[in-house]
Amino acid sequence: MAFDYEQYLRPGKLPHIWCPGCGHGIVMKGLLRAIDRCGLQKNNTAIVSGTGCASRLPGYVDFNTLHTAHGRAAAFATGIKMAKPEMDVLVVGGDGDGIAIGGNHFIHACRRNIDMTYVLMNNYIYGMTGGQFSPCTPTGDRTSTTPYGNPDPIFDVAKLAIGAGATFVARTTAFHATQIDKLITAGLRHKGMAVIEVLDDCPTAFGRHNKFRSVVEMMKRLKDIAVPTQAASQMSPDQLRGKILTGILHQEEKPEYCEQYQQVIARAQAAAKF
Amino acid sequence: MNNPKVEVIEDYCKGCSICVEFCPTDVFEMVGFVARVVRPEACTRCMLCELRCPDFAVKVY
Repeated sequence: MAFDYEQYLRPGKLPHIWCPGCGHGIVMKGLLRAIDRCGLQKNNTAIVSGTGCASRLPGYVDFNTLHTAHGRAAAFATGIKMAKPEMDVLVVGGDGDGIAIGGNHFIHACRRNIDMTYVLMNNYIYGMTGGQFSPCTPTGDRTSTTPYGNPDPIFDVAKLAIGAGATFVARTTAFHATQIDKLITAGLRHKGMAVIEVLDDCPTAFGRHNKFRSVVEMMKRLKDIAVPTQAASQMSPDQLRGKILTGILHQEEKPEYCEQYQQVIARAQAAAKF
Repeated sequence: MNNPKVEVIEDYCKGCSICVEFCPTDVFEMVGFVARVVRPEACTRCMLCELRCPDFAVKVY
């Protein structure tokens, strides 16, 4: 039976602004299915984004939404969660927004292990501003600002999040549509900072510079490079070259920031003898 | 269970052809710039077209 997405969408907003074949729409659908599965209430849920293509998402969904300055989504979301710890806070954004311009906010949200879910749509590029390379553009690939190939090594978003202290880190691709909502559901149910990286396709800005002539070719590439973590444990390093692990990559229990902060408030009030 | 009913909302379809390419039973074909349901009787209700349509255009009932 068709899932009723309209119940979570603002009326009259479709068709959306994203290009033909852009995976952001697939991720948005997965996000809405996950929200439905977890039973999040519209009035008690905040969806925060920075700036960019992926950050258009909150404009379409009928929750408490916030569209903020470029890269600052995690900072604003931290503020919401601190002021209203009972709210479910989600952050959505792209790789340029979350890892480059907002890299600092991203790592510190991970370090604090604040209870929010960050869905990072990694399409390897700054799509909205004209296809400039981002820290996630693969080495050697061409963009409008690296026409002879990108010399930079990439940020591995999952490793960065794990290293910074996030307690739930998962990765999937826009091709694996059912896995998107499963991982976001697991992230929403996790207490602490959950980072779900979704490898995405940008046919307009990334594909045309890198010999992907169609959306379908880009989707097939996502299908080919993804290896589930269980299957990867039985593969040789040679077989894993050029592949990307998908599934839950890291999960642990650590003290959550809002709870720790409440304890600080209690200690301060006790010391002040209110 | 009833026969599946597949629908493409043409006002939403941007013609990316993901549904056409990845449908296991070739229910869709591109007609001009939009996807159209041409073999609804072949649908197995696997829902992959609906899950992968980025534009909320494909619905399977």
